[in-house]
Amino acid sequence: MEAIILQVLNGLDKGSAYALIALGLTLIFGTLGVVNFAHGALFMIGAFCAVTLSRILTLSRTVVDETQTDFLGNPLQVQVPYVHDWFGQATGDAIIDWAVPLSILFAIPVMMLIGVVMERGLIKHFYKRPHADQILVTFGLAIVLQEIIKYYYGANPIPTPAPEAFTGSFDFGAMLGLDPNVVIYPYWRIIYFAFAAVIIGAVFAFLQFTTFGMVVRAGMADRETVQLLGINIDRRFTIMFGLAAAVAGLAGVMYTPINSPNYHMGMDFLVLSFVVVVVGGMGSLPGAVLAGFLLGILESFASMREVLEVLPGINQIIIYLVAIIILLTRPRGLMGRKGVMED
Amino acid sequence: MSKTDLTRRGLLKTSAIAGAGVALPTIFTASSAAAFTNEPTGDTVTLGFNVPQTGPYADEGADELRAYELAVEHLNGGGDGGMMNTFSSNALQGNGIMGKKVEYVTGDTQTKADAARASAKSMIEKDGAVMITGGSSSGVAVAVQALCQEAGVIFMAGLTHSNDTTGKDRKANGFRHFFNSYMSGAALAPVLANAYGTDRKAYHLTADYNWGYTTEEAVRASTEAMGWETVAAVKTPLTQTDFSSYIAPVLQSGADTLVLNHYGGNMVNSLTNAVQFGLRDKQVNGKDFQIVVPLYSRLMAKGAGENVKGIFGSTNWHWSLQDEGSKAFVKSFGTKYGFPPSQAAHTCYVQAMLYADAVERAGSFNPCAVVEALEGFEFDGMGNGPTLYRAEDHQCFKDVLVVKGKENPESEFDLLEIVEVTPVDQVTYAPDHPQMGGADATLGECNDGA
Repeated sequence: MEAIILQVLNGLDKGSAYALIALGLTLIFGTLGVVNFAHGALFMIGAFCAVTLSRILTLSRTVVDETQTDFLGNPLQVQVPYVHDWFGQATGDAIIDWAVPLSILFAIPVMMLIGVVMERGLIKHFYKRPHADQILVTFGLAIVLQEIIKYYYGANPIPTPAPEAFTGSFDFGAMLGLDPNVVIYPYWRIIYFAFAAVIIGAVFAFLQFTTFGMVVRAGMADRETVQLLGINIDRRFTIMFGLAAAVAGLAGVMYTPINSPNYHMGMDFLVLSFVVVVVGGMGSLPGAVLAGFLLGILESFASMREVLEVLPGINQIIIYLVAIIILLTRPRGLMGRKGVMED
Repeated sequence: MSKTDLTRRGLLKTSAIAGAGVALPTIFTASSAAAFTNEPTGDTVTLGFNVPQTGPYADEGADELRAYELAVEHLNGGGDGGMMNTFSSNALQGNGIMGKKVEYVTGDTQTKADAARASAKSMIEKDGAVMITGGSSSGVAVAVQALCQEAGVIFMAGLTHSNDTTGKDRKANGFRHFFNSYMSGAALAPVLANAYGTDRKAYHLTADYNWGYTTEEAVRASTEAMGWETVAAVKTPLTQTDFSSYIAPVLQSGADTLVLNHYGGNMVNSLTNAVQFGLRDKQVNGKDFQIVVPLYSRLMAKGAGENVKGIFGSTNWHWSLQDEGSKAFVKSFGTKYGFPPSQAAHTCYVQAMLYADAVERAGSFNPCAVVEALEGFEFDGMGNGPTLYRAEDHQCFKDVLVVKGKENPESEFDLLEIVEVTPVDQVTYAPDHPQMGGADATLGECNDGA
C-alpha cells in the first residue's frame, strides 16, 4: 500500500516533466506542423537559465585575505558577492538562496526570445519541407545548442539547490494515518508537480478563454480559412513557438534542484517526450498531458524491486512496450484526432 | 706529380660500392625496427593519451590531459620537475625518455568502448604511439587494454576501478596504478563498522554494468563479513537520471544504510535524490540512516554540492595529502593551472612517469622489456606511499584513502577530508581471488607486435 502511494507520487512527479515537455512539442506540432527535436535542448537551456542567474547573483569581487592561505600556501582570495555589498549579508544570502524561483522570471523572456529567434531564423525555412528534413535540422540544432552549453559550462553537473525552506521532505504517511517515516516525499518535488499543474492549466486557459487562443485554435484546425479572414496567423504561430519554448524552459528551471543540470539532460527527456506525444495522439494537447502522467506512473511502478524480481529489465522497456500496445490498438494514440499526420 | 686513373666507369663502381657500404647499417637498423610495434627510430618518441574529451566525463578527461601535458613537460626537462624529484627511482634525467624528446598525440574515448578502441588504433597505426594511456571508465579500459595487447604496445590504464581490469580481463601488456573495487570494500568496511556499528541493514543501488557489479560484490562481501546484512540490491540503468523510483522504497525495506554503487552523473543524481527524500534525517531500527558512496571523485562530488557532507567513500589519492610527492605534484599542477589536481590527474601523471622510468631502466622501448621492468617494481614518492606493481596481475598495491564529505569546506576544492589511510596489507588479496576471476584469470604472454 505504502509502496503504491509512493510510486504514484513518483509517477506524478516524473509525469509532470514529461507532460510539460510534451505539451510544448504538441503546441509546436499542432500550430506549425513541425516535429521539433530541439525541444529537449530548450528544456536544458531553461535549466541553464537557472544556473546562469545563480551565477549572476553570485558575481563577486575578490578580496585577498592575508590571514588564510589557499592550497598552494598563497594568501587566500575570498570571493565577496556584489549582492552582499548592495543588500547586506543577510538579504544578499537570501537572494542567492532563492535563485531558482527567481530564475522563473528571468527564464520567461529569455526562452520566449530564444523560441522566436529559432522559429524566425531557422525553422521557418523548413515549413514546406518534409518531416524528415525538419527532424534532421532540429536534431542538428539540438546538438549545436548542447555543445555550446558544454563549452561554457563544462560537462559535469552543476548543483543548483532549491531554497533552504524547501529542502527536506514531507511525511505523507503520517498525514494519512500510516506509520511515520514510510511515505515521505521531498517538498520540492511536490512543488514541481503543483507548478506543472498550474502551467498546464494556464496554457489551456490561454487557448480556451482568450481571443488570441481562439484564433490559434482556429488556425490549428484550418489555417487557410483563418488566413482568408485576414488574420496574420503566421505571426501568432511564431508567438506560440515562443510560448512553447518558455513552457519547456520553465520545466527546466524548476527541474534543476531535483537533478543537477548538465548539458545532455535535454536528450534524456527528448525521446521519452516523443513517445508521450505519440501515445497521447499527435497534435492533441490533453492527450499529451494525459500520456505524460500515465507513462510517468507506469515507469515508476516498473522500477519497483518487487516488479523487477519477476520481470527483470522491465523498467527499461515498459514505456516503449506500452507505446507499442497503444499504437497497435489505437493507431492515432489515446486522444488523437483523425487527419493529423495522415495526409 | 702522380697521375690519377680516375675513369667515369671507375668512379661509378667505387661510388656504388661505397654507397652500398654506407647503406648497409641502415638496412640492418631498418630490419631491427620491425623488432616491435612502433619502435622509435628518430630523436623523438610518441605517447598516445586516450582520454574522454567529449561526453559526460569530458571534465575528468580534461584534467587527465592536463596531467599528461605536465608529465611530458617534466620528462623533457621543463617546469619544476614535479614528482620526478620525489620518485624513488632516479632513472629519469629530464632529457626525455632514453634521450628521445617526448611527444604526444591525443584521442577521444567519448567514454564509449568502440570509440576508445578506434582512437587508440588510430594513434598506434597512424601516429606511431608506442604506449597508450588514459581513460575514465572500466568498460573503456578493458576494451583498450585488449586492443593494446593485440597491437603489441603497452597500455597504462587511467581511472578504472572495476576489479576486472586487473582481474578476469587482465592482460600482460596492461598496467593499472588506480585502486579497485575490492580495495575500496576492504578499506571501507572497518571504517564503516567503527562509525556505524556492525549491526546494519544495507540496501544497494548498483549501476547496471561491469564496474557496478564488481563494486557491489566487493562492498557486500566486506560488509557482510563484519556482520552487516544486505536487505536488497537493485540494479539501475546506466542512463537513469531520476532515481526517485529506486530511492522511495528504501525506507520501507527496513534498511538503515544505503550504498550507492554509482559513479559520475549517476552518483551525483542518486545521492542528490536520496538526500532530497530526507533519508539522512530519518531514524530506522533506532539508528540514524546513513548513505555510503564506495568510490568518490572530487570532480563529481562537486556536482552533488552540499549533499556529500558527512558521507563516507574511498578515493585513490587526494590533493590534501602531506607527503613530499603529493605536495610536489600539487604545487607543480596548481602553479600551472590554478587549481589542485583530481585523483584522475594524479593517476595519469604517475602512470606516464612509471612508464618512462620503466623504459629507462629496461634500456628499451620494447613492450616486453618494459613489462619485465614494471613487474614486481617497488617504488615510493609518488603520493601513495610505498607501492608495488604486482607481477601476477599488473595491479599497484598501496594504501587506500577512506574519505568523508567535508562538513565545513574552506574552498570549492576542499570537499573531501581524509578519515583514514588504510594500510596496503589490509587491501591486498591473492592474485587468484574469486572476485578477480579466480584461477582462470591469467595475464597471457606479453606481445611486442613482432
